[in-house]
Amino acid sequence: MAGKRKRDQRPLGERLFHWLTVFLLIFFAVVMVAPFVWLVSSSLKTQLDIFNYPPDFLPDPWVPQNYINALTYKPFGLYFRNTVLVAGLNVIAVVFTSSFCAYGFARLRFPGRDFWFGIVMATLFLPYAILLVPSFIVFSRLGWVDTFLPLVVPQFFGGGAFNIFLMRQFFRTIPEEIADAARIDGCSEFGVYWRIMLPLSKPALITIGIFTFLFAWNDLIGPMTYLRSPDNFTIAVGLASFRSQTDIHWDLQLAASAAVTLPVIAIFFVSQRYFIQGVVMTGLKG
Amino acid sequence: MALVNRSLWLTQQYNRLSLKQRRTAMGYVFIMPFILGFAFWFLVPAVVAAFLTMQRWNLISPPRFVGLYNVNRMLSDPLLLQSLKVTVLFSAISVPLGLVFAFFLASLINNKFRGVAIFRTIYFLPSIVPAVANAILWAWLFNTEFGLINFVIRALGGPKIGWLQDPNWVMVAFVILTVWGVGGSMIIFLAGLQGIPKIYYEAAEIDGAGRWQRLLHVTLPMMSPIIFFNLVIGFINSFQIFVSALLITNGGPQNSTLFLVLYIYRTAFGSQRMGYAAVLSWLLFAILMILSFFVFRYIGSRVYYENPGE
Repeated sequence: MAGKRKRDQRPLGERLFHWLTVFLLIFFAVVMVAPFVWLVSSSLKTQLDIFNYPPDFLPDPWVPQNYINALTYKPFGLYFRNTVLVAGLNVIAVVFTSSFCAYGFARLRFPGRDFWFGIVMATLFLPYAILLVPSFIVFSRLGWVDTFLPLVVPQFFGGGAFNIFLMRQFFRTIPEEIADAARIDGCSEFGVYWRIMLPLSKPALITIGIFTFLFAWNDLIGPMTYLRSPDNFTIAVGLASFRSQTDIHWDLQLAASAAVTLPVIAIFFVSQRYFIQGVVMTGLKG
Repeated sequence: MALVNRSLWLTQQYNRLSLKQRRTAMGYVFIMPFILGFAFWFLVPAVVAAFLTMQRWNLISPPRFVGLYNVNRMLSDPLLLQSLKVTVLFSAISVPLGLVFAFFLASLINNKFRGVAIFRTIYFLPSIVPAVANAILWAWLFNTEFGLINFVIRALGGPKIGWLQDPNWVMVAFVILTVWGVGGSMIIFLAGLQGIPKIYYEAAEIDGAGRWQRLLHVTLPMMSPIIFFNLVIGFINSFQIFVSALLITNGGPQNSTLFLVLYIYRTAFGSQRMGYAAVLSWLLFAILMILSFFVFRYIGSRVYYENPGE
């Protein structure tokens, strides 16, 4: 905020506060990052070195082979394909249906709208765990167990309360005049939604798309409940069963964990401009 | 052909409507996916859950009506009591602690300085780690002999703690790993902090308010709706802790991490008692409803809204 010359003139208390802030910022950054560093470092150690005490901070020798061993111990390539399929379909479903519903809630006036939006907000607070058992029974009656359908189809129905809420908030920041101008030119409501609102909402759509992808990539409870045959496993289920089978192979478990985490962090870094800023900018207004 | 006729008929019907009716019809077309989804994936399972409460069913042989058997069983189930105890204890500690920590981190990165984006990213990072990888990572960090955490504690002269073996310490371990991942609520706090108009702080400063007073009389009142939101979401999430309990300790030691959702999951998919699992699901629902009621009643009424009714 202040230039260098000005900072020196600030009272002692202010300067102390400034340095305390800097110290805390760095201290917590270290606390947040240390587990990751430890994960990567451990994952590159030999099976014996990993059990050294006191532990070595850097692996010696480096064993990148751990990653190959871990990822071929189980068919992670197949799990990867399954996960990308499920996550990709989830993203398509959520991006289109949540924005579609949100347009109705944000821009159209009709009796019952606020009632239904109240239901949307209520489901936001409804814990998923209470529906776990009855949903399983519904899906098993439909014959969908051991398919991707229970993980994908429900997303096409509104794409989750949180996403509807987020898109509605975003749509409300777009000036109504733009839509009115299009309507006067003969654009239908679908046209306004498709040609005006969607293109103007790219940052918000990208944000919920990334959230959805990461959620599907990370989710264990859904895939673990519905997928039975190992050929259908997603990465999360594969990794969980890997853990139960390789009890003391910490080197492999940690290598697999690092390998699964890496794409998430990569996506996050590439898109964090949208990710954090998107939420910070549009998240809670109105 | 039938389809064409049908859509022609629909168009005719639509054209016959008044402008107001058309708007209503259009509105319902747009929110229809949600309404259908709500019916299929919420109402139908809720009815199924209500039906199941009075049944005994292992998914294989047909369900058998048993009246209030499942409810009676719930009232005298030591494992349920244990799971309620540890879940409530975990929530009561981790939610307030996580809330304070998230607020604190958000205030740290709410300052404007070069490189603030890096710190925002770093603080947020833990909350996006895949749950399974996260569980494996923390199981390793908390390892008694070779884990990083015990290494640091021993290097500072502390004792060797049996994080995942001691029923008391294991709760502390779960609180630590939960608080580490508060990035989500931190970002929501940050969004709220950035939404507070600067002019309030300037006015407070002119009136001679110090840093502490500005926090107490400007920031906290302005943030109260968001604190409230994070509190409610925090309780809902903490009551559903599952993956880390399953993978790190699998409920142990001595059932000290047998959290409620883990117990429900085991009841349904381990011992195949669908009816009893449905009763437990309703119990979880009831607990969260009652909790939300009290939170809204006693804390919600203290929340300050700048523009009520918006």
